[in-house]
Amino acid sequence: MPRYAALIYGPEETDSSAPPEVWAAIMAEYNDFGATAGAAGVLVGGEALQDTATATTVHVQGGAKGGELVTTDGPFAETKEVLGGFYLLDCADLDEAIRWAAQIPGAWHGRVEVRPVIDFSQGQ
Amino acid sequence: MIDPLEQMIRHEGGRVLATLVRLTGDITLAEDAVQDAVVEALKRWPRDGTPHNPAAWLTTVARNRALDVLRREARRTTKETDARLLDQVVLAVGEHTTDSMVRDDQLRLLFTCCHPALSFEARTALALRTLCGMTTGEIAAAYLVPEATMGQRISRAKKKIVTARIPYRVPADHELPDRLPAVLAVVHAVVTTGHHSPAGSLDARHDLAVEGIRLARLLHMLMPDEPECTGLLALSLAAHARRDARLDDAGEVVLMADQDRSRWRHEEIAEAAALLDHAVHLHRPGQYQVQAAIACLHGLAPTFADTEWSQIASLYATLERFTPTPVVRVNRAVAVAQEQGAEQALRLLDQLVPATVDRWHLYWSTRGELLERLGRKDDAVHAFDQALGCSPNESDRRFLLRRRRLIAGEGEHPT
Repeated sequence: MPRYAALIYGPEETDSSAPPEVWAAIMAEYNDFGATAGAAGVLVGGEALQDTATATTVHVQGGAKGGELVTTDGPFAETKEVLGGFYLLDCADLDEAIRWAAQIPGAWHGRVEVRPVIDFSQGQ
Repeated sequence: MIDPLEQMIRHEGGRVLATLVRLTGDITLAEDAVQDAVVEALKRWPRDGTPHNPAAWLTTVARNRALDVLRREARRTTKETDARLLDQVVLAVGEHTTDSMVRDDQLRLLFTCCHPALSFEARTALALRTLCGMTTGEIAAAYLVPEATMGQRISRAKKKIVTARIPYRVPADHELPDRLPAVLAVVHAVVTTGHHSPAGSLDARHDLAVEGIRLARLLHMLMPDEPECTGLLALSLAAHARRDARLDDAGEVVLMADQDRSRWRHEEIAEAAALLDHAVHLHRPGQYQVQAAIACLHGLAPTFADTEWSQIASLYATLERFTPTPVVRVNRAVAVAQEQGAEQALRLLDQLVPATVDRWHLYWSTRGELLERLGRKDDAVHAFDQALGCSPNESDRRFLLRRRRLIAGEGEHPT
């Protein structure tokens, strides 16, 4: 069965901009989708990401593995490159995540944006 | 006049903040808890006397405050993180506050604040706030941005530290070559911004230089075997020693050639030279040691003409190998002009890529000075026009205008 990634784009929501009831309504919509797609057997997995203020962009200079690592605060903002894929990494902290991100070929062929996943068990 | 006891309490509070950040893992919570402890101390110490170990007293009170907050939150949200934090803080109750512990915590905090995943502006602001105890308002004034903007910058960075889990630790030895430069760059930028003084906020800028030196001293004390930390402190001291001669009584920029050297703080230059001497004996050269050597040579020279120009020119050539930037090249050209003449110096400037310098007023004014020395008056005036077109700050603009008029033979006019 072919697999598809559904990438979700939308306006940036900062924690203060939307009242809790608006958030609750949006969450209900997503839960609804999760239930429907899950019951249909099409849903393989998915994560919600923290806002772009928590993002770090990783680049390895020199076009080859092992080049100098450059980290930048914020999301990847270029428009020439396009999203080519993603990995989900289990790491103890941002330093470890950056170390792994720097091993992804995309880090020297382009950029890798590292963004924490929202952990709903921690009560956001 | 600030009460010395109050000053001591605030200073000690600043020192224990780093420990509270380690215990709570949250800069905002730590700041609030320390603030409460400082208020408590201001109330009690004048009445009951100063405790034997002020830092330990403040740490204990702040920790109990943090515990209260975490307990309240844990009841309200049953958040797993808070429960974990609570364990951490409770475990730490038996800990004794020692000087070496405070220093280790401060070093951790400095590395966290200067993490490369934070923007450079945020690193600077966080370091000034958490390690120098500057308020958001003071930092905003020093960097000429609205207080609300600075507040957002700081709270966004704090949030990123927590949410993205920027670790609170000193990097391992093998990571230091990657991580230490970011810390040094922040401290260096604080001092340099303090010396570069646009109209209006002179006091704020001066404070910034003083706080930058405080950070450099802290870093040198915390990492005494890192020659670049010592080099940075030496550089900061040698540059700061010239503060009283940099501007004249009317607030106009005075070039080093024209500065009144009796207004330099020679004891500070001597301290810088001694520190540098210690650093170079560790035989691990770096850009800050080279810059400190240049600053010390300037500081020790009896007059501008009697400066060791050939040594300075070769130090700039060395510095260019560490940091091949147009700024270094322009400074090297100035030294070469003294030693070998303006012709040679111009040749060094001609090798620069125009796009990297054509919006930079100091490049153009240096070029203008060299052209003037070669008798190429029209070219020199043109270079000063270019410099004025680069939107320099107000005191630089007045200086450039004065030089341009002098060279053009128009004499001095009031501006």
